[in-house]
Amino acid sequence: MRRSRADLAALSPEAAERRRRHRLLQIRIVVVLTALLGLNYVTWRWLFSVNWDAWWIGVPLVLAETYSLIDSLLFGLGMWRLRERGEPPPAPPDLTVDVFIATYNEPIDLVMTTARAAKAITYPHRTWVLDDGNRPEMRAAAEAEGIGWLTRSADWVGMPRHAKAGNLNNALLNTDGEFMLILDADQIPMPEILDRTLGYFTDEKMALVQTPQWFVNVPDDDPLGSQAPLFYGPIQQGKDGWNSAFFCGSNAVIRREALMQLGISRYVQEVETGVERALRTARSVVRRSRAALGAEEHEVRAALDTILADIERARRDLARDVPLFDVTFAFQQRVAAVRASLVAEDLATLQEDLAVLAELEEIAEDPDIHLGSMDAGELGQVLARDLSPLAAVEAVETLVRAIDVDRGGEAQAIMPLATISVTEDMATCMRLHTMGWHSAYHDEVLAHGLAPEDLQTMLVQRLRWAQGTVQVMFRENPLVQKGLTLAQRLMYFATMWSYLSGFAAIVYIGAPVVYLMIGVLPVQALSTEFFLRLIPFLVVNQLLFWLVADGRPTWRGQQYSLALFPVWIKSFTSAFGNVFLGRPLDFAVTPKTKQEPTGPAWHLVRPQLWAIGLLLAAMVVGTIRILAGQANTAGALFNMVWVAFDLLIFSVIIKAARYRGFEPPEPSSDVQSDPPTDIAAPAREGAT
Amino acid sequence: MELDVSTRDDGIAVVVPRGRLNMVSARQLKETLSDLVAGGSARIVVDLGETTFLDSSGLGALIGGLKAARQAGGDLRVARPTPAVVSVFELTNLDRVLRARESVETAFDA
Repeated sequence: MRRSRADLAALSPEAAERRRRHRLLQIRIVVVLTALLGLNYVTWRWLFSVNWDAWWIGVPLVLAETYSLIDSLLFGLGMWRLRERGEPPPAPPDLTVDVFIATYNEPIDLVMTTARAAKAITYPHRTWVLDDGNRPEMRAAAEAEGIGWLTRSADWVGMPRHAKAGNLNNALLNTDGEFMLILDADQIPMPEILDRTLGYFTDEKMALVQTPQWFVNVPDDDPLGSQAPLFYGPIQQGKDGWNSAFFCGSNAVIRREALMQLGISRYVQEVETGVERALRTARSVVRRSRAALGAEEHEVRAALDTILADIERARRDLARDVPLFDVTFAFQQRVAAVRASLVAEDLATLQEDLAVLAELEEIAEDPDIHLGSMDAGELGQVLARDLSPLAAVEAVETLVRAIDVDRGGEAQAIMPLATISVTEDMATCMRLHTMGWHSAYHDEVLAHGLAPEDLQTMLVQRLRWAQGTVQVMFRENPLVQKGLTLAQRLMYFATMWSYLSGFAAIVYIGAPVVYLMIGVLPVQALSTEFFLRLIPFLVVNQLLFWLVADGRPTWRGQQYSLALFPVWIKSFTSAFGNVFLGRPLDFAVTPKTKQEPTGPAWHLVRPQLWAIGLLLAAMVVGTIRILAGQANTAGALFNMVWVAFDLLIFSVIIKAARYRGFEPPEPSSDVQSDPPTDIAAPAREGAT
Repeated sequence: MELDVSTRDDGIAVVVPRGRLNMVSARQLKETLSDLVAGGSARIVVDLGETTFLDSSGLGALIGGLKAARQAGGDLRVARPTPAVVSVFELTNLDRVLRARESVETAFDA
């Protein structure tokens, strides 16, 4: 247990409650102060302090500062409702629970260690290894110890696999517990994990309980910023206060009914959109075919006119809210009848159409093309050739059938876990909240995980998280999701917003460098008024961090939120390219095994090394310019302090590149029994 | 849950889930439906008149059966839902695509 929780446990319930209230009051006072001072500073900056003559640096700086202010306001909003749940309600007896261990290619031993611990969980349950690698030796190992083994069913052959979300969706339809505990292959659960979490589900609207991810193979100084004590702590607790605690993919218990309900309602939505698009495309296919008819082909023309009328009728019925399956069923029957009448007419041209039809069939079955998500334009391009009447009619049938009831392009009609993002967890959770479900964050370490031990793996992992978050922001922007409260929208948006910090980081590096090197000041003046407005804001901001952290280390996280700026920028640009330009993400599964160390990994952090070089050069040039009497001494000194702070931030990169992996401490100090009292800081502790 | 299966003279199969159609019994229903389709009965009516409780897993089984039936050129209709069952349809918007019929006899008439 965390130190603060241990303290609480020692107090009487009333005293603990008093302590919580007292702490929340302090936090709220500082939240208000931070907001007021921040708004005061940034408004003044915009109105009176931007150096418009040097707009090329003045405007980026004030934009970066505005970005940071919004980040700080969103963080404050979360802290306003910080929710410390304390002791969980007791787990009701006789619930049915499945424990899922998701694996793809992790070593059998590692998976089995987790699986054995899962089997040893005290609350009655069934344990399953969800083996996406379909490995016979994994199956043998699991079944030898009475642990269930599941792999994708035959339905998935040739279909989009959707990575971990697909793996879990497959398992959902092949098991039947009321609740499921989801574990990554390297998260070893403690025996009490279900006893400590199932009690929250006495709230019938509770869909999800998330517990922290905490890693045992991380030294105290946490060079890679693996631990996330601020995220798995105050940030999640703040979100929890607004009923928007996040699902983080592992160490969470989920109510099956919530996921299935989500799956059904998504299915309905996707079928509706898909059929609407298919009908539009069908219309243009038939129109083109009709336009190419010869003057004498009266009967064929009449047949195509019937189809066009049927398409219009179907669209009208849908607009009038006639249940969709009735509309499509009637439509398919009418089209089939017309086709039968055409077959006789059309034997002559049949031969040349066969090739086109074969192509269409392939498209309907191509796992990379999801008909439901293609727009009419794309489908139209595919069918750009003028088809003969018979082929056109068959194309119409294929089109509508492919996205009708079948969802032909997917392995399962029902996909409860969201597949729109490489981080299925956040997207799924947001959709659950949209439907009115509740979530809880239980702040107690109930599983011991393994973190990446080398810089490369860590960078891949952070990139993946960031990409997934930004993908969700582009695809389902929380700010416009119906069904979420305003606060929930902002809580989701806050996390996405925090990943834009890479762009601000460039400005925060660039501004002092520009001043020290060539003497251009982005602000009107480094006047007394400037400092009087800036410094109180910075101070209360840090005070708020200190208050909410409550003894948890935060420095490593502050460092990484700036120092990984190339990762954040890449996540933004690659997710943009993926969502809007259809480019692949270059997505990689995080390796769970240790990569062999090959000396400091400088090549992975080149942009950061350039930044460090630039900052050091600015120091030297600044010093020379002071000595030569070219620089304003006070201004230069202020910027040097700024540069020194930037360098301190970036020093973590040197440490990370030189890190050689985890060496377990001497046997006398038992790391496992002593979770988060003195762990180091998180990757994205600035993330709100 | 108990599952009654019968085939009418007109070849339409009638499936009657009695009791609670939940995450445990949903798989049984799904398997029954796909067996029917595989056995050549692609026109199916699921009579929900005796279903006291239905959850989203039950809906999932119905959709799975519908998919199988349509792929085989037939259809699946649901009939006689109780108010409790109707509310589950509405909660997930499934009522917007799948219309429940008032009687088993006339389920395939329109």
